[in-house]
Amino acid sequence: MSVTYVDAILQAQEKLLRDDPRVFLYGQDISKFGGAFKATKGLADEFPGRVLDSPISEDAMIGMAVGAAIEGMRPIVEMQFADFSSIAFNQIVNQAATHFYRTGVPVPITVRLPSGGTPGSGPFHSQSMEAIYSHYPGLVVVTPATVSDAYSMLLDAVALDDPVVYCEHKFLYRWLKAPRINGDGLPIGKARITRPGKHATVVAYSAMVHEAVRAADRLKEEGGWEIEVVDLRTVKPLDIDTVLASVARTGRLLALGEAFPWGGVTAEVVARVCADGFHLLDAPPRRLNSRDTPVPYHPKLWAAHRPTPESICIALRELLSF
Amino acid sequence: MPDAEEAQRTRVGLDRDYVRDVFRAMLKARLLENKLSSLYKAGKIVGGVYLGKGQEAVSASLGASLVKGRDIFAPLIRDQAGRTAFGEPLIDCTRTYLGSVLGPMKGRDGNIHRGRPQEGMPAMISHLGAAVSVVGGMLMARRMKGEIAGTVGATCVGDGATSTGAFHEGVNMIAVEQLPMVIVVSNNQFAYSTPTERQFACEDLLDRARGYGLGGHAVDGTDVLACAEVVGKAVRMARDGAGPQMVVANLLRLSGHGEHDDASYVPGELRGSHLGRDCLENGIAQLIADGFSTAKEIEDWKAAFTDEVQAAVAQAQQEPTPDPWHEDWRACSSEPATGEDSP
Repeated sequence: MSVTYVDAILQAQEKLLRDDPRVFLYGQDISKFGGAFKATKGLADEFPGRVLDSPISEDAMIGMAVGAAIEGMRPIVEMQFADFSSIAFNQIVNQAATHFYRTGVPVPITVRLPSGGTPGSGPFHSQSMEAIYSHYPGLVVVTPATVSDAYSMLLDAVALDDPVVYCEHKFLYRWLKAPRINGDGLPIGKARITRPGKHATVVAYSAMVHEAVRAADRLKEEGGWEIEVVDLRTVKPLDIDTVLASVARTGRLLALGEAFPWGGVTAEVVARVCADGFHLLDAPPRRLNSRDTPVPYHPKLWAAHRPTPESICIALRELLSF
Repeated sequence: MPDAEEAQRTRVGLDRDYVRDVFRAMLKARLLENKLSSLYKAGKIVGGVYLGKGQEAVSASLGASLVKGRDIFAPLIRDQAGRTAFGEPLIDCTRTYLGSVLGPMKGRDGNIHRGRPQEGMPAMISHLGAAVSVVGGMLMARRMKGEIAGTVGATCVGDGATSTGAFHEGVNMIAVEQLPMVIVVSNNQFAYSTPTERQFACEDLLDRARGYGLGGHAVDGTDVLACAEVVGKAVRMARDGAGPQMVVANLLRLSGHGEHDDASYVPGELRGSHLGRDCLENGIAQLIADGFSTAKEIEDWKAAFTDEVQAAVAQAQQEPTPDPWHEDWRACSSEPATGEDSP
């Protein structure tokens, strides 16, 4: 038996519904149907009245969750795809994110965003929205990359009194498996050294952690390079201490992300390392992101749009040869 | 007062205390807003001033039909009268307008963007229609907790807000969920400067109620007794399980969008029409004619409320303003592992 990434999300929600009467789930097709990705499969039967189908109204879904949270509930909203959260943008960044600062009343909502590209999904079912939401004060944005993090970070997200944008990567849903859920107890806001090394640091998050590890394995075989991979886990707040400690060990930084290249998480990482740890760097830091186009539909184009182990290796070789 | 008792029977179901509460809130709100307008012109207000002049009747009728502590009320920018009728203390208003750090928003937000969500009064954001789903969510929570019985949620919008996606999504959602909610649409003929013919093409906004599956109620927003009756009925229906209700009040905004706006785009003939009647002046005549009050009593109220407004302004003006050095500058209530996230 093994547990997939999406199983972990399902199990976390089951545990939350079982343990906490304040928790309920709201989203499109999540009730009897079990959700577009089956992340809520069976929960409507197990918890009647607490797993509710919503109309196709992303704005109202988040507004509803904010209202319920004001009244003491802990709603989890499933956006069918992260891309559609653009319709809910106003309620997320203006209603939910400002609420505690303005009124002193926190709104503990968790917004699940099925994020990132999969082959054949195209421009409107593939987006990575973490940078957009991280930009706004008042939101916590998490990007679990492992089965155990998918589980524990969802529990932690719901426990947090603030609105959490939980970016779950669709590519990992069924591809990523673990023998069992076995968390290391790292809280939201702490990064993890996924793979220790000494010649260069790759800072990644979500599905790109796995691509970084593949690239690191190749460079190890190829030239004995020891690449350290840091999994941010949470992009807001950013655990810059762990990143700086890694750069202090390696002297070289590649910030890696699947999102569009302008601004974003990788730019933030590079900016902070330059500002706070310029003296630690032995080479100019590098960024690697997707290409600056919408996410293409055809699998061949898609595979070349996002960073791959090949493109990561190229970036790392350049970094190492400086 | 036997005359009053007599007159009251001309309107079935219109409770004397309720009507008097509605009117008193209208009067108090008008006096407060007149003061705010003067303070704005004197440069004493931090930010803009947005008044509900001409919309008090429908707003106060809603506020007075709700019960603070049990019901939910999400006012919009022209609901000083509704806030007052619902039970918001004047000092919350003057503190927020005058920038006192002791106000409910502590200087972090201002003017009409104030509320006490934990007391059933969410604080509006500027994005129109966004409160519909929030009030819906508060009611959903009450229902899940088994505390919905006898509760009503309400919010107010203008004609402009009915054009937003948030309004549509929210109203549709509360209809799907059959929540005990009342939406009051004050069709005040202009969204800022845009007239209704550039805002919507349906014959009457009331048609939308039917489209969404809501109970629909039209009312003359310049008629205090009609507003009290119709809004009171809509709230009662929602409370008694008839599902969500929409009230469309036709009236004219008797001020600019804000006090910075002279509303020169409002044609003179509209101002002189039935829609342009001042609901407060009309209400004074109605209350006296129908025996709900007397000219003398209304004068006494006016004097008492003027003092109350003056006291609330004076108190807020003497209070400290926010100190950036003591502001904690935190947008989150909790501290995820790494603590403050400032670069």
